[in-house]
Amino acid sequence: MSSRGVGLSARQILSKLFVYLILGIGSIVVLLPLQWMISTSLKPLSHVFRFPPEFWPQEVLWENYPNALTQLPFDLYFANTMFIVVLCLAGELLVSSLVAYAFSRLRWRGRNALFIVVLATMMLPRQVTLIPEFIVFKQLGMIDTFWPLILPSWFGNPFYIFLLRQYFLTHSRELDQAAVIDGCSRFGVFWRITLPMSKPVLGAVAIFSFQFHWNDFFRPLIFLLDQDKYTLALGLRFFQGTYGTEWNSLMAVSLVVMLPLIIVFFFAQKHFIQGVVFTGYK
Amino acid sequence: MSLAQFVKNQGGFAKVNISYQRGETLLAWAMISPWVAGFLLLTAFPMVASLALSFFKWNILSPPEYVGLANYHKLFFTDPLPMHSLKITVIFSLASIPLNIVFGLVIAMLLNTNIRGLAVFRTIYYLPAILSGVAVAILWQWIFSSDFGLLNTALRIFGIEGPAWLGSKVWVLPAFVIMRLWSVGGGMIIYLAGLQAIPTDLYEAAEIDGANWWQRIFSITLPMLSPTIFFQLITGVIFTMQIFTETFIMTDGGPANASLFYLLYLYRQAFQNFKMGYASALAWVFFLAILLLTIILFATAKFWVYYEAESEEGD
Repeated sequence: MSSRGVGLSARQILSKLFVYLILGIGSIVVLLPLQWMISTSLKPLSHVFRFPPEFWPQEVLWENYPNALTQLPFDLYFANTMFIVVLCLAGELLVSSLVAYAFSRLRWRGRNALFIVVLATMMLPRQVTLIPEFIVFKQLGMIDTFWPLILPSWFGNPFYIFLLRQYFLTHSRELDQAAVIDGCSRFGVFWRITLPMSKPVLGAVAIFSFQFHWNDFFRPLIFLLDQDKYTLALGLRFFQGTYGTEWNSLMAVSLVVMLPLIIVFFFAQKHFIQGVVFTGYK
Repeated sequence: MSLAQFVKNQGGFAKVNISYQRGETLLAWAMISPWVAGFLLLTAFPMVASLALSFFKWNILSPPEYVGLANYHKLFFTDPLPMHSLKITVIFSLASIPLNIVFGLVIAMLLNTNIRGLAVFRTIYYLPAILSGVAVAILWQWIFSSDFGLLNTALRIFGIEGPAWLGSKVWVLPAFVIMRLWSVGGGMIIYLAGLQAIPTDLYEAAEIDGANWWQRIFSITLPMLSPTIFFQLITGVIFTMQIFTETFIMTDGGPANASLFYLLYLYRQAFQNFKMGYASALAWVFFLAILLLTIILFATAKFWVYYEAESEEGD
């Protein structure tokens, strides 16, 4: 660690500058794809295929956005996606925290052994179970409904159980005990003490869940057929199939699909970062 | 290191003599019951079912027909594509995972040098990690466009004429590796948190002992961070091997199957050709391949993952 407070030597200043230079160049590289996306989305199609390509649009066409967005029922896809995302998020938050509470705050035989099972399922690629799952949902007549996308979230997600458990473990047990002595039920402790004390990790889980289900493509692709039931990801894929080389429209629509995530990220950045930290800490 | 040891190291298990209370046990089982149901219905049963299905020929419409090991024979010996797709998926992962770890570590170390504007840099680097799926795939398809794409335009500034990327059998895998590097910020933020948690007195002691920068990195930073790196490696294998959306959207496995990742092939067999038995065999082989990789990684852990003496934590 560099010595703080004392004047920096020329060598230290130089190495600082070097760090800023590398980080600055890296930042540009990271942001360029998004700049490219915005710039392409505003160009007239003839300028998209101009050689050499322009980094900034010389002619800005804002109407690319309404034009592209009205090609497909994006409001419907948006509503479908929101419906799925919200129900998945609610299920994952509620059920995963219940399960995590039992794995962290309650004492019972077999707890650690079962938790290893939870961790093992976290490492299981979901595709192994996908085909029988598909067949079961088919038998239940649930193909081409939102059920196969929403139901699994209401059985708890191993990754979120892991995260929540790690957080719950950091709470002191004395608080629980005091509440129980004051006549609070065990479930009451969970509902009125543990959950309110765990807002940061609940926020993180909510954001991860939102992010995952918003971006999810594989499961909607398999379980949804009817265009009226499409999510934004499927709609975007359909749009790509139809307007394959109209890159300005494709970029406009893709950006609009990304936008809610970017907005959530900027408003809830703290939770995002905290959440990731919970996952990776050891 | 065993999985049980790993769980232990994840914290929270200390040896305490406790008498279990009946009420608490009942409540615990009630609280985990959704997970137990989910585990049985959505994991255990489907796993057994897909193993069973892998010995059948079944197109959903007509009744399944028992074929013994025929699906596995086809998978390993007569159909060249499963092993080809497994091979390119592993090659892709072997390139992508270490690169993501190294870049993530380097950026995190640079950010952890008391610089100003840490929050701004962190936001910039982390932003792409939250974006994924179809929109990102379409964006990168456009970036990799050989004549009008961003990447080749940037390369031309340096006088390099870039390849056709997604249209080239040689360059399509590197293209996917580059695309995945864009979201390096996801790992970076975890390493950064790990770095910030390393006690500074370790560095101070090393400095007094005359350790130079490299020595500090290799004898303090990396060992202290090794559990985090290990965790990233394990989740990285599982996550990276499952690449699907990008190849489905950007190349559809092409050119000439050069980006036919395993899951894309599995998807085609199951949901386009409706060969449910064959696809189940494919799924099980995939599961065993990932399991094998994970076991190998766990076995290597004792040589390079450093765990501090267990601390007594809560109950």
